[in-house]
This record gives sequence, C-alpha cells and structure tokens, in this order.
Amino acid sequence: MKHTISVLVENHAGVLSRITGLFSRRGFNIDSLAVGVTEDKSVSRMTIVVEGDSYTVEQMEKQLNKVVDVIKVRTIPQQELICRELMLIKCNATGRTRSELLDIAKIMGADIVDLTKTTMTLEICDTPDRLDLLEELLKAYNIQEVMRTGTIALQKGNAAISAR
Amino acid sequence: MTGAKAIVTALEREGVTTVFGYPGAAICPVYDCLADSPICHILVRQEQNAGHAAAAYGRISGRPGVCIATSGPGALNLLTALATAYMDSIPLVAITGQVSSDQLGKDVFQEADITGAAEPFTKYSFLVKSAQELPRVMKEAFYLASTGRQGPVLIDVPVDVQNQQVEFSYPESVMIRGYNPSTRPNLLQLRRVVEAIAAARRPVICAGGGVFSAGAREQMRQFAQRCRIPVVTTMMGIGLMPSDHPLYLGMLGSFGCSAANYAIRHSDLLILIGTRAGDRAMCQPGVVEKRTRVIHIDIDPAEIRKNMEANIPLVADARLVLEALVDECGPADTGMWLAELQQKQGDGAGYADREGFVNPHRVIAAITSRLEEDAIYVADVGLNQIWSARSARMQNGRFLTSGGMGTMGYALPAAMGARLASDAGQVVAVMGDGGFQMSMQELSTLCQHDIPIKMVVFCNDCLGMVRQIQREHYGERYEAVDLSGGPDFAALAQVYGIPAMTVSQNSEIDRAAEALLSARGSFLLQCRVSPDEPA
Repeated sequence: MKHTISVLVENHAGVLSRITGLFSRRGFNIDSLAVGVTEDKSVSRMTIVVEGDSYTVEQMEKQLNKVVDVIKVRTIPQQELICRELMLIKCNATGRTRSELLDIAKIMGADIVDLTKTTMTLEICDTPDRLDLLEELLKAYNIQEVMRTGTIALQKGNAAISAR
Repeated sequence: MTGAKAIVTALEREGVTTVFGYPGAAICPVYDCLADSPICHILVRQEQNAGHAAAAYGRISGRPGVCIATSGPGALNLLTALATAYMDSIPLVAITGQVSSDQLGKDVFQEADITGAAEPFTKYSFLVKSAQELPRVMKEAFYLASTGRQGPVLIDVPVDVQNQQVEFSYPESVMIRGYNPSTRPNLLQLRRVVEAIAAARRPVICAGGGVFSAGAREQMRQFAQRCRIPVVTTMMGIGLMPSDHPLYLGMLGSFGCSAANYAIRHSDLLILIGTRAGDRAMCQPGVVEKRTRVIHIDIDPAEIRKNMEANIPLVADARLVLEALVDECGPADTGMWLAELQQKQGDGAGYADREGFVNPHRVIAAITSRLEEDAIYVADVGLNQIWSARSARMQNGRFLTSGGMGTMGYALPAAMGARLASDAGQVVAVMGDGGFQMSMQELSTLCQHDIPIKMVVFCNDCLGMVRQIQREHYGERYEAVDLSGGPDFAALAQVYGIPAMTVSQNSEIDRAAEALLSARGSFLLQCRVSPDEPA
C-alpha cells in the first residue's frame, strides 16, 4: 500500500542526503520524493511517497523523527490527500499523428509546450495515476523522453503542518 | 580569538579535562591552543583507540568523552569507534580537522568527506563553514551527545576556519526545533504499567545499558527489591545488579544463563527497561510476545515495536520512570515464581577443566572476587566476552564492552579511558589474543601517560569464536582462524617495562590473580586456554 508522508526539515546543506541515506540504509523503498522551500524560508517541505505495510510506515515515521534536522513528520491519510505531480513528455509527432495527439492532450488537460517538425512535448499537472494514463496513451507515438517531478501533497481541510 | 581557541575554550566551558587524540596538519591550530590549556591530551597510537578511550571515558564520567583527529585518514580511523559508540548509545564528541574550505571537494591531500562517511554512525554531524558558528556548534554537540538517547556527534572543522577570528560568546542554552526528547513519563501509560505490575504473578525485568545511561542503577535495584521482581540483564546491562543478588538471574540471550532465558519464556509480564531487545539478547522476538505481556520503557520512541511488540510502551527517561514506580508500586505476589526460578538457578553450571590449560571461568572468578567493589571490568569481543559475561562477579562496579557492534580491540583503549574517568579505581581489561593484537600498540600509551591497567590476555593461538562456528556449522573445516606466530605476550609486556606473568595450570590462578591486582602499575597476565574451550 502507498503512503504519503509530509516532512518539514531545516533548509540547509546535507539534509536531503541525511533523509535519503536513512531510507536506503534502513531498507525503505521510496516511490517518489519532492522537496521545496516553504512559506518560512528556513524550512523545506518534503513529500515522500513510499510503499509498505503499517509496521514499515510506523518505523519510517519514527526514524524520520529521530533525524535532528527533521522538524515535523505527518503521514497524510489517503482520503484527505490533495496530490499533484508535473510531467513533461516528448513523443514523435508528424503531420499524420499531430491531430491525434492534440485530441489526447485536450481530453487529458495537457498543454503543448514545444513542437518541432517531428516531435511534440506535452506538459501535464495532475494526480500521479492520471500522469500514468497519459503516458500509457502516448506509448503508441514513440515516447522520446519523460520527466516527472515526484508527487507533492497537502492535506484537505483546515489542517496544516507548521514548523512552530 | 581564533576558531581553534574557540573550540578549546568551549571544551573548557563544558568541563572537559581529558581528551584523546592524534594530531595532523589540518588540526594543528587546535593542538597549538591545547598547549596553553589545562586540558590533558592523551596521545594514542591509532585514532580508533582515541575514539574507544573517549567513549569509555564518557560511559564512566556520564559526560561526553572527547576525541580529536586530523583530516583524511585520521578522521577515517575514527569511524569504527564512532559506530561502536553509536550502537551502544555512548555520549561522545569527535572533533576532526578538515582541509581548507576553499579546497573542499577538490580531492586535495588528506581530504575525506568525513561528515558524509560518519552520517550513518553519528547522532549528528557538523561541517563548520565559519568560525562564527563554532560556539553554537560546540554547545549543540555536547547537548545532542548527552541528552535523549545518547550518542556520538562529529564536528568537522576546516583548517582555515580554525584560523579565522571569532568573537567568543558561549550560548547559555540550546534551541534545536527538530530535537525535543521527551523524558517525563506519560501519566496514563505510567498508571497502566503500575496496574500491570500489580496484576502480574510471573513478572520479570529485563534491563539494558539504557539504565546506566540514565544514571538509574540504584533506582532499578530499589524497584526490583520493593516489588520483588526477578531481574535479567542484557550484556550492556551487566552490573546493574550485584551478581549474588537473590533477585538476579544473569544475562539473557543466545550466550546467556539458562535461568534468565527460562524466566523470559515463562513470564506473564516482561518489563523491558533501557534495552532495544536486540537479536543477541532476544533470540525469538515474535514468540515471546505471544505468551507474555510486554512493557517497554525506553527514551527512544523508535525502539518501541522495532524489534518486539509492546502492549504498554512508555517513552521516557528510565530514571524518572523507576523513581515513580518505586513510589507507586507495592510488593508483587511473586513468592511461587521466585521459588520456581530459584530451582532453575545453577542449572548447567560448572565448566570443565582441561589438562595443560587454565579454565578461563576460574581465572575470571578469581580476579573479580578479589576486585574492589567499584572496580571497572572491560571485556573485549569474542570468546573472552562471553566467558566474562557469564563468570565476572559484579558488585557496584561497571562492566564495559562493545555490546552492539562487537568491535575487537575495544578493551585496551576503553580501559585507558575508563581509568582516566574513574577516581583512580581498579580497571581490568580482559582480552583474547586476537583482540589484544588489534590494539596492543597502546601499551606504549599506558607507559607514556602512566595509566595503570590490569590486563588479562587469554591465549589460545586462534580466533576462538570463529573457530567454534567453523567447528559447529562448517564441519570442522578451520580456515583463517589459526593465530600462531604471535609473540609471548608476557615477554612483550616486559619489553615495555610492564611486569607480566604466564599461567597454564589452574593451580597457579590464585597466585596470578594476587600478582595482577597487587602490582602498583600496569600488569599483564597471559593465560593459556584450550582452543576447544567453548563459549
């Protein structure tokens, strides 16, 4: 089962390697990890998506909490999750296929961000499974490159994680 | 003042009087300031031993021990000692020199990414980029090492930072927003613990090194006595109870006493205090919890349910919990249970003598029964560690060993550190010929700094523990366990001017123990033991 963990950390050098090192040496598998600065510039927020049973997730939370640079840890309940991911995807597009790709982009809510005589690059910001779907649909058009940012997430409602 | 002076001044402010180290180019500014400081510097012969010595100093003094090394190989040699201290939760502050900050990352002479390398083995590590940070970093390092679950902290200081000017103002307090260890017990959980103890008929306490870390040995003894609950300890917990205490059943685990393991298997309430229930102690996690309720008291929330299920977890300082339990718990109804356990004690006792060799258990008993009551016993790793754990008679002294990491070569440097932290008390270092040869260069440190250590070296000319594994699990195919070729260690000690003696008969043991302990300074007792002597 997938779990989404939000982690507030000190925004200074070395923190990312402390977190990733912890996951690898404890044998926890990361599906995706995204980091960015928060409203407080001294604090970064990580969204970590992991696969594991409840024992593993409990251990992850506890081990994360032990890292001195970690300020807060919260696993966001599945039903409370607002999550988004950004993907850029480049595939072959010639005269014949271009209009088919435009149809797919329109239906999926993706933007065309670059176009050449032979390729088209799409941008989509949506939930990770919608990104998977778009990627699946574009497979027939010979995908050249895919880049995904990793999932970012907040909790629904008025709940907020704060460094204070 | 300079950054180097700020480091030394901060050490003085932290009350540090002894440091262990080995200099090099990148740490020279700090050594230059040490020359003007009242802090005593012990020059070891290899940096790993500075780490072990400082860790043992920390274990005995209750304050972080301090070790110093230079950049590159000096710092890297500390790694094993840092990992050893981390595994056993020992307070330690390591200060390393680093190449000049404008050279960082360019693979210059003696550069190594020590903060990166030490990351998995330290509670925290600092790479100091400006001397302005040094007062805060030093304060935080000592705070982190000595609070919560204790452990090693590394401070890496580029040589140019040591030479920068800084206005020294030592912080009064520490504010780290990601670090707030909870020490006070939750009252609801405490109530559940008290009720569980009152309802138990077959309770047993399993106490570990965390009780020593909390400075709670006395409170633990009071709790056991007041509630009449039998006690087993992990290897790190040896010495929490006097060996001859009627409630004490010995060490548990794969190399433990049968009575201790029987008590765990047949209890209805297992009270874990200051122990992570590691694999060597709790051989069958997942099985024990099915039969008994488990109370787990630990300062580190991450230990709860890591190795063992816990019905009643209590995250708090062991001392505060035990003080509360002494106040709130009455004598438990354990008469039948204690009588049953009484019968199990002494089961399997008696270790066979072997012609032409001494019986190591007799040697350990002869020495420890003659020790001052607060003597420090340091065991190395291997067969000697197991013999020591089983046969050392403890009163109010300490039993130091590398419990978690099992680092050979620990005993001699640790004994040096322990002796310097103790108030001129007796310190015995018990080793095998394998472990002794990993740190015997420190004999010259003992001589140079006049540190009296009573050394016992069990010689079987082999790596006995590995040999036993090869005997029992690899069809007696002995490979790379033959240690012959070593010198006569008694003669070696005498070359250093350390008196020594060799025994190979049980009849000689008493005289040898007298000679060892009556010597004014260091003494080395070499004991011939059979390569077939089992753990």
